[in-house]
Amino acid sequence: MIKTLKRSIRQYKKLSWASPLLVIFEVLIEMLIPYLVGMMIDQGINKGNMSFIWQLGGVLLVMTILSLLSGAGASITSAHAAAGFAANLRHDMFYHTQDYAFENIDKFSSASLVTRMTTDVTNVQNSYQMLIRIAVRAPMMLILAVTMSVIVSPKLSLVFVVLVPIFAIILVGIIMAANPIFPKIFRGYDRLNRTVRENVRGIREVKTYVQEQAQIKQFNKAAQYIYKLFAKAMEIISMQIFAVMLVLNISNLLICWFGTHLIVGGELTTGQLVSMFSYSNSVLFALNILAMISTQIIMSMSSGRRIAAVIDEEPAIKNPVKPVTDLNNGDIVFDHVSFKYEEGDKHYALKDINLHIKSGETIGIIGETGSSKSTLVSMIPRLYDVDGGAVRVAGHNVKSYDLRTLRDNVAMVLQKNVLFSGTIKSNLLWGNENATDEEVIQAAKTAHADGFVSEMKDGYDTVVEQGGNNVSGGQKQRLTIARALLKKPKILILDDSTSAVDTATERQIREALRKDMPETTKIIISQRIVSIKDADRIVVMNHGRIEDIGTHDELIKRNDLYSTIAKFQEESR
Amino acid sequence: MSSLENVKTQPKRTAALGRLLKLIMETSPWMVIVSAIGVIVSAAAQVAGSLFIEDLINNFVEPLLKQKTPDYAPLLRAILIMLSIYVVGAICAYLYSVLMGILAQRVQFKVRRQMFKHMQYLPLAYFDQNEYGDIMSRYTNDIDTLMQMISQSIPQFLNSVLSLVFVVCAMFSVSWQLTIFSFIIFALSFGIVRYLTTKSGQNFKIQQKKLGQINGYNEEMLNGLKVVKVFSHEAEAEAGFDKYNEELRQASGRANAYATVLFPIMGNMGNLLYVLISIVGGAAAIHNWAPLSLGAIAAFLQLSRQFSMPIAQISQQLNSIVMALAGAARIFEVMDTPEESDEGQVTIKSDENVKSAWHWQLPQADGSVKQVPVRGHIVFDDVNFSYFPGQEILHHINIDAKPGMKVALVGETGAGKTTISNMLNRFYDIDSGTITYDGIPLEQIKKDDLRQSVTIVLQETHLFTGTIMENIRFGRPGASDDEVYQAAKLSHADEFIHDLDDGYETVIDGNGGDLSQGQMQLLSIARAMISDEPVMILDEATSSIDTRTEKVVQQGMDNLLSGRTSFVIAHRLSTIVNSDLILVLDHGRIIEHGNHEELLAQKGYYYELYTGKREIQ
Repeated sequence: MIKTLKRSIRQYKKLSWASPLLVIFEVLIEMLIPYLVGMMIDQGINKGNMSFIWQLGGVLLVMTILSLLSGAGASITSAHAAAGFAANLRHDMFYHTQDYAFENIDKFSSASLVTRMTTDVTNVQNSYQMLIRIAVRAPMMLILAVTMSVIVSPKLSLVFVVLVPIFAIILVGIIMAANPIFPKIFRGYDRLNRTVRENVRGIREVKTYVQEQAQIKQFNKAAQYIYKLFAKAMEIISMQIFAVMLVLNISNLLICWFGTHLIVGGELTTGQLVSMFSYSNSVLFALNILAMISTQIIMSMSSGRRIAAVIDEEPAIKNPVKPVTDLNNGDIVFDHVSFKYEEGDKHYALKDINLHIKSGETIGIIGETGSSKSTLVSMIPRLYDVDGGAVRVAGHNVKSYDLRTLRDNVAMVLQKNVLFSGTIKSNLLWGNENATDEEVIQAAKTAHADGFVSEMKDGYDTVVEQGGNNVSGGQKQRLTIARALLKKPKILILDDSTSAVDTATERQIREALRKDMPETTKIIISQRIVSIKDADRIVVMNHGRIEDIGTHDELIKRNDLYSTIAKFQEESR
Repeated sequence: MSSLENVKTQPKRTAALGRLLKLIMETSPWMVIVSAIGVIVSAAAQVAGSLFIEDLINNFVEPLLKQKTPDYAPLLRAILIMLSIYVVGAICAYLYSVLMGILAQRVQFKVRRQMFKHMQYLPLAYFDQNEYGDIMSRYTNDIDTLMQMISQSIPQFLNSVLSLVFVVCAMFSVSWQLTIFSFIIFALSFGIVRYLTTKSGQNFKIQQKKLGQINGYNEEMLNGLKVVKVFSHEAEAEAGFDKYNEELRQASGRANAYATVLFPIMGNMGNLLYVLISIVGGAAAIHNWAPLSLGAIAAFLQLSRQFSMPIAQISQQLNSIVMALAGAARIFEVMDTPEESDEGQVTIKSDENVKSAWHWQLPQADGSVKQVPVRGHIVFDDVNFSYFPGQEILHHINIDAKPGMKVALVGETGAGKTTISNMLNRFYDIDSGTITYDGIPLEQIKKDDLRQSVTIVLQETHLFTGTIMENIRFGRPGASDDEVYQAAKLSHADEFIHDLDDGYETVIDGNGGDLSQGQMQLLSIARAMISDEPVMILDEATSSIDTRTEKVVQQGMDNLLSGRTSFVIAHRLSTIVNSDLILVLDHGRIIEHGNHEELLAQKGYYYELYTGKREIQ
């Protein structure tokens, strides 16, 4: 994980180094100050030596200003280094997701990807900033304060030798006791948020079935769980403040007691005693900070792992090394193709598929919900890789093509389709960013979208809202078809893309496609017989297998499944 | 602009603060009081420790130096007294930290519970007007900052204020001259701190905004990632991302720089004060400007260390308190939104064990209750409705759905089909006219009971995390396993459920996971079937199911619908041709009504639709 994350520091390495260096410098000066002040008390104030006070005072002032500047410098560099690192992490994650294949996309939900890019990155950013500033500062302070106290009074510094390990053990104990609770709390939060999310989204269902009480009960259970764990965590964590105050004060009192003895014995001066108080503060302060940041850094480790999982995810489909960049016809061959969505699945989604589709042919695919119609066509633009057999387009295995070449030539209109925020035109240009206005209008005409687009007040410049909610389902489908047509593909796949379009319009779209792109291989998945009736051949899918292939007339006669579907639909006309 | 905003939000925040304090007090008065005492005592103990140094040097070290045989007994006594003060202080610190932490959790729990409970009874209009992400962030961000404020900001703020007060008092008691000198530094630091915390506050706001923007962009692009892939549009998506990412980087760097630079500055201001006091104090002692003992200078040096940190703390906690109050105001806003009104008196009783045994409980004048079977006669009489005043959506709707009738609603998107169905179970209240159910005006029926007797199956299916079994049983929690299987078979969901690895025990998450849209619709139909209610509304309930399956489901549904009054909204006319009554809607008006044959004979809108001359948009 750390290795993965470290790669994202890149151009912020220099800043990341500047911060700890500045911090070390700052702490060095800071730890010298009490020593010098002690000298000032003994040799200046106690002896009434005014010129010594002024000299040393001047030195001290300069030192303070230097320490202030380097401390401020460390803060600024660490903040920018961490922000830059976070930006790189987001960048790496986003860019990497763009290389994901469908298989990878199925694995992460988009909501989880969004959280990883925001909340998790922010956690790591905060920890990183701590790591290059406070995590350097606190141990340095500890070491220097102990060193200085040994220099001032070796005997008194024995107080630290005894107290520091005890304190450290207490702190480690507290951290160890509290840490296992936090992952549980986070899981509790996940459950709580899920309940809220499902209730906000499904509020109509909740109200329809009058399930408010049951949902409230469930929510309370989740909230109670968090409360109990948190209360427990608070009891443990609060021990820290108790331990800090007690140990700090005990050490001060011990210094008072032994220090007085030493002064009376002539082994220590009053000024040195004052500096010892200062060092004792610093030692315990540093330990406390260490305990605090270690908890936070451990907590952010899980965020780090979640980020690394996204970056380390191996794209299931990669561009071949020497790709074929030329695709010159729409010939498709399925050769003993089998496929399942997940390694461990019992059911194969596709079983031993053999099919040859000639360039320019129109193929209809029909079958029940869940018969793997969409899965079958997903193999053509290589959205998934087959598990057995091969898919060949224009004579080459799809795996040998440059992905962009393949997908530009195989236009697929997805069943679950989306428009993006922007104008209608900017959405259509996704198909071909260099398309002229004429080409855009032509594609829209073929997809029968030009009519309603021109009726809109702003025409092709009409703004599409996020999610495309301001156009109807049928309009959206026609726009997504037009978007695909702009690619001028060799193969066009319509995956139930006209389900919300009325039959008359649909027929016109089919006719326009035949007329405007005669050479394109057209594959149409539909649940309606009328949509595929005129196809050159129709493939009947059943539970992941091709049950039959033939023309409408042939299938009506010999295929039971097909003829029952046809009969049902005939009846309901 | 920002000042205008301030004027508006200021009273809101003040009100929120008052309400919040009341809420905290109500949750546990003794915890608050004990914590407050704890804060005071622990702050006082800390200051007492610093003063002890003066005592030590002046009253013990120096006299002891003069004694021939030093007597340490009084010193030991003094140290033991100090030790007990420290122990008490530490215990108090532990107490307030634990209590405030637990109290914060309790308040959080309480607020969450109240908010969720309240939310469940908010009218649907609330969910239409507020975005999902916005509602969600009240549960997460707003409550989190609120908890932070109670458990950390408030005690730390109080602790810092008290420490500062005690320290200043102690300083005065040691030497008023040096204290006045320190005040100059104090004023200087306070100015710097205020500047830095204000700046960082502003920049954090900008950072939040940028974070929101990149969030929105990511959500859209990652949701449509499959489309991005199909169109090889990766490079363009990346370019858009880079812009937001760079803006966020800059904003975040600035915000954090301002926030972090505060610590070294305050720490070194402390050092500066430390050095200056030793110089000035030394000079004053030597030149006898002020009566300063060595012990006093030493104590003062120690005090000056405790002087600068509280100032930084106060300023910082002030920022987070203000932020948390804005969140609290947003939470209270939810709780203040009026719940759905329910003045209905008439209830419906159903027998869990007997199917279709729904009875009206009609209160009689003599106080008794008359039981009448529910028949499902729905009448709309001149109903008008608007979501927003002045924008009427439904105009003069008249429907007479006799018991057992299948009524179909046909029309374009936005014609008002779904709106009519929403009127029926009072998701919204009508503006004028009346709707009656077996002759009883809807508003006289208790809302829960009304809804329990009217099922809606929506086009967009929402499932809840849990097993398939639990999701079907959502329709009627009392249903037996056999009844669930029965409903699943009737709705044709049984087949695909058996194909799943764990059958009915398969756990699905709220998004439906691997289920297709069609399969989710089958589940939601099964859910409706098991609920067994006298009136059913099917709002595009089968739009994602293939026609053959739909046909099979239809048979099961027709069985189910027989004897019940049903309203069917469907895109495919095939599913509604056998309806008893078809209503054609256009722009919120019923323009044609009758059965299939009658409407075809009219050769109007419906005829054009059916023959494909007109399309539904």
